[in-house]
Amino acid sequence: MARPMSPRKGSRIVSRRAFVVGMAGACAAFGFTRTAGAAMDPAIAGGIPPVDDGPLFEPTVWFAIDGDGIVTVNIIRAEMGQHVGTALARILADELEADWDHVRITHVDTDPKWGAMVTGGSWSVWQTWPVFSRAGAAGRMTLIDAAAPLLGVSPSDCTARGGTVACGKLMISYGDIVRRGNLARRYTPDELAKLPIKPAAERRLVGRSVPALDIPPKTDGSARYGIDATQPGMVHARPKIPPTRNGSKVISVDDSAARAVKGYIRSLVLDDPSGTVPGWVMVIADTYPAAIRAADLVTVDWAPGPTAGVSEQDILDHAARQIAQTNDGVLLDTGGGDTRAAFGAAHSQLEQTYTTATVLHFQLEPVNALAFEKDGVFEIHTGNQWQSLILPTLAKALDRPVTSIVMRTYLIGGGFGRRLNGDYTVPASLAAKMLGRPVKLVLTRADDARFDSVRSPSVQTLRMAFDADGQVTAMEHDAAAGWPTQVVAPAFMLKGQSGAPYDPFAISGADNWYSVGAQKVRAISNDLANATFRPGWLRSVGPGWTNWALESFIDEAAHHLTADPVAFRLKLLTGTGRNAGSAPNAVGGAARQAGVVRAAAARAGWGGAMPADSGLGIATSFGQERDMPTWVACVARVRVDRPTGTVTVEKLTIVVDAGTIVDPDSARAQTEGGALWGLSMALHEGTAFHNGQVRDTNLDSYTPLRIGDVPALDISFVDSTEVPVGLGEPATTVVGPAIGNAIFAAVGFRPRHLPITPAAVVAALSAN
Amino acid sequence: MTSFTINGRIVTVDAEADTPLLWVIRDEIGLTGTKFGCGIGLCGACTVHVGGRATRSCITSVSAVDNAVVTTIEGLDPAGAHPVQMAWRSLQVPQCGYCQSGQIMQAVALLKDFPSPTDQDIDAVMAGNLCRCMTYVRIRAAIKQAAAMGSRAKDG
Repeated sequence: MARPMSPRKGSRIVSRRAFVVGMAGACAAFGFTRTAGAAMDPAIAGGIPPVDDGPLFEPTVWFAIDGDGIVTVNIIRAEMGQHVGTALARILADELEADWDHVRITHVDTDPKWGAMVTGGSWSVWQTWPVFSRAGAAGRMTLIDAAAPLLGVSPSDCTARGGTVACGKLMISYGDIVRRGNLARRYTPDELAKLPIKPAAERRLVGRSVPALDIPPKTDGSARYGIDATQPGMVHARPKIPPTRNGSKVISVDDSAARAVKGYIRSLVLDDPSGTVPGWVMVIADTYPAAIRAADLVTVDWAPGPTAGVSEQDILDHAARQIAQTNDGVLLDTGGGDTRAAFGAAHSQLEQTYTTATVLHFQLEPVNALAFEKDGVFEIHTGNQWQSLILPTLAKALDRPVTSIVMRTYLIGGGFGRRLNGDYTVPASLAAKMLGRPVKLVLTRADDARFDSVRSPSVQTLRMAFDADGQVTAMEHDAAAGWPTQVVAPAFMLKGQSGAPYDPFAISGADNWYSVGAQKVRAISNDLANATFRPGWLRSVGPGWTNWALESFIDEAAHHLTADPVAFRLKLLTGTGRNAGSAPNAVGGAARQAGVVRAAAARAGWGGAMPADSGLGIATSFGQERDMPTWVACVARVRVDRPTGTVTVEKLTIVVDAGTIVDPDSARAQTEGGALWGLSMALHEGTAFHNGQVRDTNLDSYTPLRIGDVPALDISFVDSTEVPVGLGEPATTVVGPAIGNAIFAAVGFRPRHLPITPAAVVAALSAN
Repeated sequence: MTSFTINGRIVTVDAEADTPLLWVIRDEIGLTGTKFGCGIGLCGACTVHVGGRATRSCITSVSAVDNAVVTTIEGLDPAGAHPVQMAWRSLQVPQCGYCQSGQIMQAVALLKDFPSPTDQDIDAVMAGNLCRCMTYVRIRAAIKQAAAMGSRAKDG
C-alpha cells in the first residue's frame, strides 16, 4: 500500500510530516462549507445523512456541533469492516469531551478540501490520531471560552465533560452553547499544532470498547454498498474481459446471438484514453441478469497482448533468473556493512529459496461502479479505498477536468487492498459517457477474479553467514515479485541506495529488526509479472511474502545452529544500534519485538511436550513498515496427518504491541481477521496463471478458509501508551511462517512454498 | 408472471422464468439486503428463506418460488430484533458486513433444526457461508448466544 502523502518529497519522515500538516492546513485553505450532498452515514439505513440548517459550530473542517449538541465527525477513510469511523470519531470526541451518544460520523465525498484520500496500509488511526486529537481539543477550549460568559464565570473555572461545560453547579450543554454563543472561532494549522493533547490517564473514550456505529445496519439489510446504488434511467453492464490484462485489441464483436435475450440493448467497444481497460467490451442491458446472459452470448475476436501464453511457472522462473543476476534490482539502505567480506570469512553459511503462489483478493462484493453525468458533474457511486489515485485517471479517460468529477462513498463489501486500485470505475464511466445515461457496471465473480489485481507470485533467496562461535555475521535477502506501486501508482516509489526507484510495499519486512551484522536487502521488480497483470496490494502486501521467507529462514538458521527458535530470535533482537528504535513511532525498537516473542512463547507453552506429529512453530514481525512498526508474534500449534498430508491448525497464540489501543474490541476483530487471512493464504488459497489468466475464478476451485477450519485463537495486546499504530494487517504476516515452522517441528518437513498443500506434505514425507 | 409472498406481502413479477430469484429480490422488488457473491451457490451471501428453509437465491429460478413464501433479511423481524440479529450486534460480529445477511439467515435456519447446536452442528451447517473478513469466531459465538436467548425465552 502506498503512502498518501506527496510523492518525491525526500525522506519518508519529512513526507509524513508534510502530510499531517497538509491535513490540518485544509481547514485554513478551503473554508468551512457544510458536507456536500455526496456524503454517507453508515449508521443510518440507506446511508443518507439528514440535512440541518440550524446554527453550527465548526472550529476545523473535521467536525461540527449543531444546536442540539450533535457532533458530526467527517471521515475521509473508507469503511470496509474495520469500523474506522467509530475509531477515528472516538479520538476526536475524547479530546472534545463529547457525549458519545451524540456523535455521528459522515464519510465525505471527494471534495479537494479533504486532502489526500486513501484507506490502507493500516495507517488510518496512526495518521489521524494527532490531527483529530487537536481538532477535538480546539473545540473543547472554544466551547469553554464561549460558555464562561453565558454562565457569568471565568473560563479557567470551567471544565468540559460529557458534552457539557460546568462551573460548580452551573452548567450548559454544548448544544445550548452553539445556539446562544455565536461561535465563529477558527484555528490555523499553527494554532492547532501547538495545542496540547490530554495525558493518557485523562482519556475517557479511547481504550474502551463501544458499539461500532456501522454495525446495526449490517444486521438488518439496510446497509448500502456500491452494488446497491441506483439511479433513475440506469442501464446495467457486464464486461467481456479480454484475454490479457494489457495490450488486447478488439478486432470484431458479434452480438447476433445476444439479440435474442430479452432486455439486451447493445455492446460497446470502449475507447479508453487512460489505457486502464484496453480491449474491453461492455454488454448493456435493461437488467443485470439480462446483461449476464447476453454477455455469455456475445463473441469478441481479440488480438491478445503479448502475455497471452504466460504461466505461473514462467513468472517464477523469470524471478529466479533475476535473483541469480546479482546486479539486478535495487539495494535498500540497511546501514551499510560489507556482506561479501563477511560471507568470504564465514565459518558456515546457509542459503534457502522461498516461493509464494498468486493469491486472489476474492473480496465478497464483486467490483462495481455506477456512473452518470448530472448538472455538469460526473458522479461515480462506488466503494473505493484510494479516491485520490483514480480521480486523475478518470479525468483522462473522460477528457474532462478532475474538478468536475466526484466520487460518492459507499460501504465496501471487502477491501483487502483490491479497491485501492479503482480501475473498475473507468469502464463504467466510459460507457456512461458513450450512452449519455447512467450505467451500472457489476462484474460477475469470474469476471472479478480475471480482472483482479492479484497478489504477485514471489521468489526470495536468503543467505546468512556465521562465525566459528555460531554468531551471525551477515545476512542477505533478495526478493523478486510484481510491484504494485510501480504499475499502479509509480509516483509513490521510494529511492534505494543507488537512487533508483523501488516499491517499498513489495520489499517491506525484509529490512528486519534483527541484529545480523552486515545486511543487504535487494528488491527486484518482476517485469514479466508486471506485464501479465496489474499487481495488487493485498492485505499485508509485501510482508505477506517477505516475512514468510524471513521467518521460515530464521527458523532454519536456528536449526542450523541447533539453537531453540525462540532463544535464537531473542538473541538477535538486541534492540541496539540501527535497531534501537526512535520516537515517535518506534520507541523501544527491537526490544519491543523481543517482548512479544517472549510473551507469545510463554502463553503458548513453548518447550512443553507435544503429541506425535504435532508441533509448535513461532514467527514474529514488525507489521507493515520499519517506521510504523506494530510488533507481533504468533505461535502456531499444528497436527499433521501423515497419510493424507492434511495440516490441522489447532491453535494460534498471538501477542500484539500496537501502542495505544483506541478500541480493544475492534483491535481484536482486526487481529482475528488478519490472522485467519494468514492461515487461509498459508493452507487454503493460491491460484496460478495459465495462458495469461488466473486458473481459478470461483469457489468451486478457489477455496478460502471456512468456519470448520478455524483454530482456537488466543489473542492478547501489550498494555501501552505509545503512539497508536496499525492493526489491519500485522497479524497476517506471522501466521504463515508460524504454521510452516510448526509443521517442521511436528514431522520434520520444511515447507518453502505457499500455499502448503496436502500433496506437498505427502510428497515430502514419502521422500524421507 | 410469477407470484409469491415476500416478507408478508404478495408480489407478482414479470421476469423471465429462469431469472435467478436473487436479482428479482434486489432489482425488481428493491430489497438489497440480500447480496450477490459468487453466483453459483457456494458463498451463501444470497441466502433467503423459502418456506422457512435456507435457500441460495442466486441459483434458484424465480419460477421455482411460484406461490411460495420467501423471507429476506429485511423481513426476519419488523424491528430487526430477532435473537440472532441481537446476538450479532451484541458480539459485534460484522466487519465489512457484506456476507452477514446470508450468515444471519443461515443461522436462523440452523437454530430451527438445532436449538442448542454443538460446534460440529455449526461447522456443518455454516460451512456453506463464506466470510472473507473471517469473522468466524464471532459467528460461532453469536449463534450460541442466540441459542441461549432462544432457550431462555422458551423456559421463561
